[in-house]
Amino acid sequence: MRHITKTFPGVKALSNVDFTLRAGEIHALMGENGAGKSTLIKVLTGVEEMETGEIYLEGIDHPIINRSPQEAQAIGISTVYQEINLCPNLSVAENIYIGREPKKFGRIDWKTMNKKSSELLKNLNIMIDVTKPLSNFSVAIQQMVAIARAVDISSKVLILDEPTSSLDEQEVEKLFFVMRKLKESGIGIIFVTHFLEQVYKISDRITVLRNGCLVGEYETEKLPSVELVELMIGKEIEDLAKLSKEENDEENNEKKEIVIDAKGLGHTGTIHPFDLKIHKGEVIGLSGLLGSGRSELARAIYGADKPDQGELYFKEKKLQINTPLDALKSGMAYLPENRKEEGIIEDLSVRENIIIALQARRGMFKVISRKEQEEFADKFIDLLQIKTSSRDVPVKQLSGGNQQKVILGRWLLTNPDFLILDEPTRGIDVGTKTEIQKLVLKFSEEGKTILFISSEIDEMLRVCNKIAVLRDRKKVSELKGDQLSQSNIMKAIAGGDTKDE
Amino acid sequence: MNKMKELWKRVTGFSLLFPLVCLVIVLVVNLIKTPDFFKISMNNGVLYGYVIDILNRSSELIILAVGMTLVVAASGGTDISVGAVSAVAGAVCIYSLIGGASSSVYRIPYVLAIVLGILAGTACGAFNGFLVAKLHIQPMVATLILFTAGRGMAQVLTQGFILYVRKESFKFLGNFLPGVPIPTPIFIATIVVVLTFLILKKTSLGLYIQSVGVNRKASRLVGLNSSLIIFLAYVFSGFCAGIAGMIITSRVYSIDANNAGLNIELDAILAVAIGGNSLGGGKFSLAGSVIGAITIQALTTSLYAMKVTADQLPVYKAVVVIIIVALQSPIVKRWMKNIKQKLASSRNGKKVEA
Repeated sequence: MRHITKTFPGVKALSNVDFTLRAGEIHALMGENGAGKSTLIKVLTGVEEMETGEIYLEGIDHPIINRSPQEAQAIGISTVYQEINLCPNLSVAENIYIGREPKKFGRIDWKTMNKKSSELLKNLNIMIDVTKPLSNFSVAIQQMVAIARAVDISSKVLILDEPTSSLDEQEVEKLFFVMRKLKESGIGIIFVTHFLEQVYKISDRITVLRNGCLVGEYETEKLPSVELVELMIGKEIEDLAKLSKEENDEENNEKKEIVIDAKGLGHTGTIHPFDLKIHKGEVIGLSGLLGSGRSELARAIYGADKPDQGELYFKEKKLQINTPLDALKSGMAYLPENRKEEGIIEDLSVRENIIIALQARRGMFKVISRKEQEEFADKFIDLLQIKTSSRDVPVKQLSGGNQQKVILGRWLLTNPDFLILDEPTRGIDVGTKTEIQKLVLKFSEEGKTILFISSEIDEMLRVCNKIAVLRDRKKVSELKGDQLSQSNIMKAIAGGDTKDE
Repeated sequence: MNKMKELWKRVTGFSLLFPLVCLVIVLVVNLIKTPDFFKISMNNGVLYGYVIDILNRSSELIILAVGMTLVVAASGGTDISVGAVSAVAGAVCIYSLIGGASSSVYRIPYVLAIVLGILAGTACGAFNGFLVAKLHIQPMVATLILFTAGRGMAQVLTQGFILYVRKESFKFLGNFLPGVPIPTPIFIATIVVVLTFLILKKTSLGLYIQSVGVNRKASRLVGLNSSLIIFLAYVFSGFCAGIAGMIITSRVYSIDANNAGLNIELDAILAVAIGGNSLGGGKFSLAGSVIGAITIQALTTSLYAMKVTADQLPVYKAVVVIIIVALQSPIVKRWMKNIKQKLASSRNGKKVEA
């Protein structure tokens, strides 16, 4: 792929990206969220059209253009997505041959179909009864059936988009075995994943994308993991005004009231038990790659995922949190990572979106009067400089940054002691970003305690007093004071030798 | 000029405009076809006329549409059991009143029987709510259970007979109270609508329902108990079905488990849709649903007035409904907007030439 450019309204998703895949190699495509990995793949497979650029494929002497996944498949590019796109209630053999069943006298030749399916899977070392419905088998097997189908249809390029995210370790091993086998047969595999370990285990080459640009192509062996993390996250150019962070005296902080004290808190399947102490007025950051358990830790504290082990002390009192309402009532607030799905209530007005949390806390019968609602809304529209034509327009009509401010306003209205901000600056423009960072510092000065989650280390360094690092759903270390530096954090994320506390 | 424009904008931006226009069109067509359509006369001390008849006959539908509106708004699904539930409520009321055979003697006080009937409806609503809110069963499937089983349950009580209550006082609810010229169902429907409106206005339940309907996940994170709110919406729908069942049985002073409230759930859903409410849940307008219910009944009554027979009625009704619903679809609205813009630009073009 040469010079691929793709723009979406408002953002350049890909700009001038080159990507080369050689036959018989496993090529990892890496980058944080929004780096352009999926867009690149969508362009390659014809789901999205590119604006400029060319794609060449071995054996075809002119640039190819794929207008649909079917066209891509016809020339030998197939994809297996994270969610398995097969029919669980059909048999394995039917799934492999659906749409291209072997026929005899115009009717489906079941015998041949089952035999061929069986052979196909045997080649990948999978011995299963192909006449059983797909749903009888584990996710890993289903995934491999999907791969078998993809490879059987066309076999030059195989794209695996986060295939391992729902597999356990043994299943990952099985998948890797299949991948190696395919590699030997000369298929080029593009492997998209967030798991660093797996990249080092299986891939030959790594291409890194960041913010829609190509960072570079590297041989896996020659690229240490710390460097890879650096490449992915990037040392952002100082385009934001440097914010003056009040250097909180470490000892001073320790003496202050402990707001959050989690002891062995955990939620099976999302976050391993962790200990965490947060003092009044602190801004604590959670750092780690995507899927490392950053958000999950916050959700366990807030009760968004009810913790099933450990204890939580809030302001030195034991707190039993079953639902978000319990957390809200005790003085917590949670701005979720996914603004669209969990944050805004899109059809309701700006005013209603701002007052809803306070109204929920007050209960059904203590209605906030219309006049009060309008005052509250105006106050936060003014305070946070929310750009909206009126307080009564549906919040979905606002831009992303302004929607985020509305949600921020919603939580500030409840006057929380402890505020969780999960990626508050994602997908919003630079100006608003700085504003939000400034606000965070201001709240901390006012004595509010803040848990701040962000993928951008620069931003974290700017606002946090303390940073906890997570890896593979575990809290692995805590950095504070002088330890707070880009390289220390990256080392901790990559799993280098950092002293655990 | 500008003021006119602004006024025009406010009028066209008014969300109830379309449902109202539909109703007016139906009425105007009536007026042309049936000149004495709006005539109201006094006969034997009660009011008669097409308009009174429409309001009277649409009472059950209005009550059901109110409940349906909240169900749709909170859960993004429909309660298709309301017709059957009203039959259950009717059967419970009459069975407890006179026992398993037609009679003219009350076993228990009339009021108590009504309360029991409405309670039966509410219990059915709670069952639906449990299935949808707690077990996360799709609303259509969950309410399908009572849709089919409800009439069976009513049959068990009536043992397959049509039970008649041969006592004058039983007819009050569905017909006229002595000395009052306006049919009783109109009062009941008005009370239900006003009470519901007040509850939604005076508590934050209306906001909660909309919030849960728009985004259940986000609502949970702001501290709303989404399941409870959806549950309550279904309970309320069952309550409304119970009241409707009381009116339906009183009208004919009998319970016919097979036919009481037959197919009325579909009209209730339609009323919600004609009222401009999205069946996907979220924002809702109670007034819209009420207007929708009246529009449907006006349509039915006027088709009868135009001498359309009962068996042909659904065809004509379907045609009108298709038109009304299609006009509200976003795609047709976009077409209309485009046409308007083209007209405006061609007019401007002419002006420039001149």
